[in-house]
Amino acid sequence: MDMLIAWLVRTIAFGTIIMYGALGETLTEKGGNLNLGVPGIMYLGGFSGFAGAYLYEISVANPNMVLAAVIALVCGISASMLGGLIYSFLTITLRANQNVTGLALSIFGKGVANFFGAYMLNGKIATQTNVYHVFHANIPALAKIPFIGPVLFGHGFMVYAAIILAILMNHFLKRTRAGLNLRAVGENTATADASGVNVMRYKYLATCIGAGISGLGGFCYVLDYNNGIWATTDQIEALGWLAVALVIFSTWKPLSAIWGSYLFGLLYWLYQFLPSILGLTVSSQFTDLVQMTPYVVTIVVLSITSIRKKRENQPPAALGLAYFREDR
Amino acid sequence: MSSGYAIELRHITKTFGSQVIANKDVTLSVRKGEILALLGENGSGKTTLMNMIAGIYYPDCGEIIIDEDAIEIRNPRDAFAHGIGMVHQHFKLVDVFTALENIALITDKDEKYDLKSIRKRAQAICEEYAFDLDLDQKVYEMSVSQKQTLEIVKVLIRNVNRLILDEPTAALTPQETEKLFSVMRRRRENGKSIIIITHKLHEVLAISDRVAILRKGEYIDTVDTATATESSLTDMMVGEKVTLDIARDEPVNPTKRLSIHNLSITNPEGIRVLNDVSFDAYGGEILGIAGISGNGQKELLEAIAGLQITEQGASIEYFPAEPEGHTEQLIGKTPREIRNLGVHLSFVPEDRLGMGLVGAMGMTDNMMLKSYNKGATPLADRRSPRQLAEEIKSELKIVTPSVSTPVSRLSGGNVQKVLVGREIAAAPSVLMTAYAVRGLDINTSYTIYNLLCEQKRKGVAIVYVGEDLDVLIDLCDRILVLCGGHCNGIVDARHTTKEEIGLLMTKLKEGAENE
Amino acid sequence: MSNHANHAVHEPFVRVVKRDRIRFSGKVVIRLVAILLALLVDALFILCVTGLNPISVYTTMFDGTFGTMRRFVTSLRDWAPLLLIGIALAPAFMMRFWNIGAEGQVLMGAMGTALVMVYGAPVMSTPVLFICMFVSAVVLGALWGLIPAAFKAKFGTNETLFTLMMNYVAIKIVSSFYNKWRGTASALGKLNKATEAGWFPKMNILGVNASYGITVIVTVIMVFLMYAYLKYTKQGYEIAVVGESVNTARYAGINVGKVIVRTMLISGALCGFTGFLVVAGSDQTISATTAGGNGFTAIIVAWLAKFNTFYMVLISFLLTFLDKGATQIASSYANLNDYAADIIKGIILFFILGSEFFIHYNLVFRGKKKEG
Repeated sequence: MDMLIAWLVRTIAFGTIIMYGALGETLTEKGGNLNLGVPGIMYLGGFSGFAGAYLYEISVANPNMVLAAVIALVCGISASMLGGLIYSFLTITLRANQNVTGLALSIFGKGVANFFGAYMLNGKIATQTNVYHVFHANIPALAKIPFIGPVLFGHGFMVYAAIILAILMNHFLKRTRAGLNLRAVGENTATADASGVNVMRYKYLATCIGAGISGLGGFCYVLDYNNGIWATTDQIEALGWLAVALVIFSTWKPLSAIWGSYLFGLLYWLYQFLPSILGLTVSSQFTDLVQMTPYVVTIVVLSITSIRKKRENQPPAALGLAYFREDR
Repeated sequence: MSSGYAIELRHITKTFGSQVIANKDVTLSVRKGEILALLGENGSGKTTLMNMIAGIYYPDCGEIIIDEDAIEIRNPRDAFAHGIGMVHQHFKLVDVFTALENIALITDKDEKYDLKSIRKRAQAICEEYAFDLDLDQKVYEMSVSQKQTLEIVKVLIRNVNRLILDEPTAALTPQETEKLFSVMRRRRENGKSIIIITHKLHEVLAISDRVAILRKGEYIDTVDTATATESSLTDMMVGEKVTLDIARDEPVNPTKRLSIHNLSITNPEGIRVLNDVSFDAYGGEILGIAGISGNGQKELLEAIAGLQITEQGASIEYFPAEPEGHTEQLIGKTPREIRNLGVHLSFVPEDRLGMGLVGAMGMTDNMMLKSYNKGATPLADRRSPRQLAEEIKSELKIVTPSVSTPVSRLSGGNVQKVLVGREIAAAPSVLMTAYAVRGLDINTSYTIYNLLCEQKRKGVAIVYVGEDLDVLIDLCDRILVLCGGHCNGIVDARHTTKEEIGLLMTKLKEGAENE
Repeated sequence: MSNHANHAVHEPFVRVVKRDRIRFSGKVVIRLVAILLALLVDALFILCVTGLNPISVYTTMFDGTFGTMRRFVTSLRDWAPLLLIGIALAPAFMMRFWNIGAEGQVLMGAMGTALVMVYGAPVMSTPVLFICMFVSAVVLGALWGLIPAAFKAKFGTNETLFTLMMNYVAIKIVSSFYNKWRGTASALGKLNKATEAGWFPKMNILGVNASYGITVIVTVIMVFLMYAYLKYTKQGYEIAVVGESVNTARYAGINVGKVIVRTMLISGALCGFTGFLVVAGSDQTISATTAGGNGFTAIIVAWLAKFNTFYMVLISFLLTFLDKGATQIASSYANLNDYAADIIKGIILFFILGSEFFIHYNLVFRGKKKEG
């Protein structure tokens, strides 16, 4: 039982990271931009959040932890959005190839985070900020309810914020004028333009805000999931690609990203918990094969949707294409 | 207070690159409460001109004046702000959206987003004008005429004062067209202005107050519809009355090359674009195909070339010169399989750079397109294609810096010469051309006509899809008229009139109507 | 309706117009300016962050590759796989098939090599062993390219996303075998350490004794071979036509699906071959980082070089040079570390990518409206 609880708790915490990554990328892709820089952006978000809180902590005698959390959030989101801005300028204004620009951004983001991270570490392997307490805070009375408590109420606010964000984004895309306009931009840019939608503005905003949200994934990883510990890491990159996978898996639907992210989390951590729940011992090489399943499942979903050709489940039709009004 | 003009264009010029001058110093105006027809041949710059008013293109120079103010229209938003709306020839619809969502997309961005009230307004418009439109239908499920109706409802809901319609009737039935015309008349009564682009002359005469004519990107004149006739408009549209002087010989010893039976095609959208067409084509003869564009011409030629999936029961038989009496069935074969049968089929498609040639490649590489696979070596032979390119370049006087310059940089006429030159060089036994002279100047057109006549003398079976009836009558031996995908009759070109063909193009013959 | 924007609407300050053509020298100038600007920004970055003199930092970076012969040869070791993957991607990209899966294809090649090294070495003679390693690598790499290509050809499945996902399947498969083979050890050492079976023989390159000599030589040969393949063969011509226009390809009687599958088999096989060279030539072992991100970086190389393998030589060398230089400055200056390379690389790539715009478009400023 304890094992099951631990598994679910881990699943939800892990799922939240990629949910943020995927929600941000969904917003970006709805505007027709395929940003393969998600890993880089998650690095930027994670590191900047950490750096903001850490620098504040060491520079003030009695740091206020809530303020530290706010600083962290502001730093994390704005750094991610800056990453998105670079990508936007290159792909939207200068019409550079999206795939290549995204990959360059991934290299750049990882470089920035680990380069400046090494400064913070100052030779150590890892550093911690105490701000993670804020991100772990829950309502103890609820969290103590057996089983349900730790699974449903034992998490920090970022977990619930992600779900709310997904619901809001679903509402935004389906029920608002701006959402309609954005979807039109991603589906048929020329039509949106001719209908009077400010294509440039929508693309920029969707990409930059999307990057801000994706960055929260990295932020969650460092300050929540990893207990505020910064260490030079390759892990965030893998998470970034998993987030891109989740966008495809959820067929660009924010609500599907909620359960999709938990499913990915469940599958990702299955190797550690399921065998002990079942009382089996499994050799370590199967760990990786099990961790492979989210990607395999995504490939299957991608293939099936392309075979069934259901129009509503396809990628936005203008995904990856640069737009120039005077093109004939 | 005002001059009475809704929109004035002064000295508008627009170029694309250094080769294409789409509009040159165009000055024209539309009055308030008037329907102005904009008339011109394909490629005369009508759509480009209107796109500048709608904010899609930005003019190189010139002024757009509305209510006596020179204004700048930098994007479609500016156009809407000035009460300008346009129904584009190529639908501006989002496929995965419903009709209602597409309508909502165009409503004023500052307006509250309320699908219910938008639905009500859309329904009211549909009822008022008796449009048949399911607001919850996805666009990808719609037929072309439903899409056209949706486009019209879209622009009506935006309630613009200055409306531009680009070939709105191309996909409409006569009944639907009449509905649209009643909409237009009612708006005119309310003092609103409409510009309609069309090249159907009877529609111009039926609906417009004045007609403005463009020819090859230049403004010719504006005349009152009341004083115009079909022939006077045609004269202005095509320029000086050219007495065609095509050296047409009598077919010598025509032999059957192609025999087509019961050819039907349903396109991916589920529309039957070709309906039970049967005819024969003979060597040493030019068979013309007439019809309003989009009535199955493209599909017909592509089917013969092996590029279309045909319906059961169709037959395309090819009769080689020798051995006599032998036939080959071309249905179900790919272009390469057809070629491997020894069928020398040449095809000049309508979309020159998108299908017939590779724009980014030079003449030499384009010469190789259908012959590159010859020989057993894995290496592609470029020497003979280069020779061929040089020959064609000098023979047809193609203007290009070199045979390796990408053909997309050449002018339209030169591009066409490259394509026709290649197809003729393949020594075809059947030569199909689609709109071979579209957009070309008179000299290049004659070069093409002469090439075709020369091929005819060599005994080639030529299928010529054209739009200029004078040319069809003077160039061809027989003319097949397509209407709505049906073969509406085959006439003898030497004994027919424009009127007879025009009638066959627009009115489906009795008995062919039951679909 | 009369929200009539009469308030002085002006001609836009700057408009974008498509360029008709640009001279070769123009392209070169634009790209050089981009690289110089990038170096300037990088210098600014180094100066601001570290206070170090950028010129001396750049000099140190230069030493990273050219300081000693050994460093230069080591650079060649890192440069060859990056270039070779770029070459492998060229036909796919020329066909406008976004093969983002090179990382996985290389890993599967490496995997195939390692499998034969581990299980085949005891029972095979040396030539057979190498042949089997090679075949296994090429087949697995090609398979990894074939799967997304087949789906693309048959169902139109988005190849960018498909190949991207295949990378991680490959990474996890390799990790799995890595863990199996390392057993309880903390890391998997060199394979066949005792026998050196399946290791390339050491050879003398420019005075340095190294086992990756074959890799470098093969890579250089491939530069010419791939260039010739794309430019002079019938298949290369087909690839170019499919890439430019699928419609024209169909018109010319080219079987588009077949070309897609065949080209991706070649691309994947060549990636797999790279994996073989890396394992047998430089690493003699395998891990999930055997491809080391080169599969992604090579995408940038191939794209920027516009499928021309000789340009790839330059671009991949520039990137390797930056990598080596950053390692060098990290060891020379206490307050810089390896990751500076990624930042510097990122900035240079951003500038080169951005400069493409000025090759394809012209800017027209206000007041430049031609009259009459």
